[in-house]
Amino acid sequence: MAEIAEEGGGGGHGKGKKRGKKHSARIDMTPMVDLAFLLLTFFVLTSTFSKPKTMEINYPAKPEPNENVKPPEVKNGLTLILTKDNRIFYYKGEFILPNDPKGRPATQLEETDFSTNGLHKILTELNKSAIDEINQLSEKAKKKEIADSTFKRLVMEAKGKKEALTVLIKTDDQATYKNFIDVVDELNLAMVGKYVTVDMMPQEYELLKQKTGQ
Amino acid sequence: MPKVSLKKPSPSLDMTPMVDLAFLLVTFFMLTASFREAEPVVIDPPGSHSDKLLPENYILVNIDALGRPFFGISNNQAKEKTLGRMLQKYNIQLTEKQKKEFMKLSVFGVDIKQLPQYLEMSDAERQKFKTAGIPNDSLNPQLKEWILYAAQEANAVYLEAKEKAKEKKQDFKMEKPRYAIKADQKTKYIAVKKVIDTFTDIKIYRFNLITSYEGGSKKE
Repeated sequence: MAEIAEEGGGGGHGKGKKRGKKHSARIDMTPMVDLAFLLLTFFVLTSTFSKPKTMEINYPAKPEPNENVKPPEVKNGLTLILTKDNRIFYYKGEFILPNDPKGRPATQLEETDFSTNGLHKILTELNKSAIDEINQLSEKAKKKEIADSTFKRLVMEAKGKKEALTVLIKTDDQATYKNFIDVVDELNLAMVGKYVTVDMMPQEYELLKQKTGQ
Repeated sequence: MPKVSLKKPSPSLDMTPMVDLAFLLVTFFMLTASFREAEPVVIDPPGSHSDKLLPENYILVNIDALGRPFFGISNNQAKEKTLGRMLQKYNIQLTEKQKKEFMKLSVFGVDIKQLPQYLEMSDAERQKFKTAGIPNDSLNPQLKEWILYAAQEANAVYLEAKEKAKEKKQDFKMEKPRYAIKADQKTKYIAVKKVIDTFTDIKIYRFNLITSYEGGSKKE
């Protein structure tokens, strides 16, 4: 049975006569409270509330060795090259070697950064047509002019259009995972639906070396 | 003159409401808590704006800052079967106790040959245990085998549960197994790529990359 605190409760009564002790109704709850708070602290500290968030991403299948897959023609393309020290380089369109037979200027890498005025600006400018279209669609969806499922499908279509930006992400072996996630996050924010991670070409390595070696 | 004795206020307060509250909170936390699982290494994922939740049913590869891969399966049934197949393949025996110990691990990162030894250790010893992660090269493709078997078993468990639900005409709630990758901010991308290549080798192309929501590290 629980111990009941009754200090001096029964003392001081007359000799001889034994009375039934009056039990005080109060129980000393201090140990119980101590325990309760101990448990409370324990659970507060050990429990995790938020489940981790994730980012869905698709990777391209590896081409079969005997299969000769031609790279798809890209109209509005951007290649991002990630390297050490959180640096990021890019070039637009396809890669052109020096001494191009058609006389086009050779590709030059330009540098940008992860700030709002860097990568974010470039992406939103290049992907303007898709962003505008999606904004219009979401306006319509807000006014309930189109159904939710239609909205989702139309957004997908807008992202997949030819005019929409296509991004190739290339990393050298010095880039960190954080850089990569930042880029993908930025792409998601800029409504870029077509992006893929591919290996760097040797010519690009050369250009990158020149840039970073300086 | 009679002495006027002032009433001494009793030093004990009525603690009942406080206790009530304390126990209410304890109960609440006990019921809602999902325990933070002990991880062999601490991994601090990068922040992102994505607010998608991690699915319930997943096969997880953790990659720490040094690029060492760790492996885990959320579904216990699939986990047990996967372990069985791996042990058979490498001809390694585990005692029942060791198997139970294995089921308690959320992720692990040791060579399967060291597994019996690793499972005998206490938590503190495991923390100190020097490991190179799960071997993942063409000569010793253990990670690939773990993933392959886990994918097969997890899918089998999923389909079985689906069939059962269909027979009994119950609602089917289980999710399809997904493949999650959790890497540290400082992990070299090349280490992540190696793991992803392992997945694409066995024709898995869709991943959930675990990030923390808007961790303050975004946009310095």
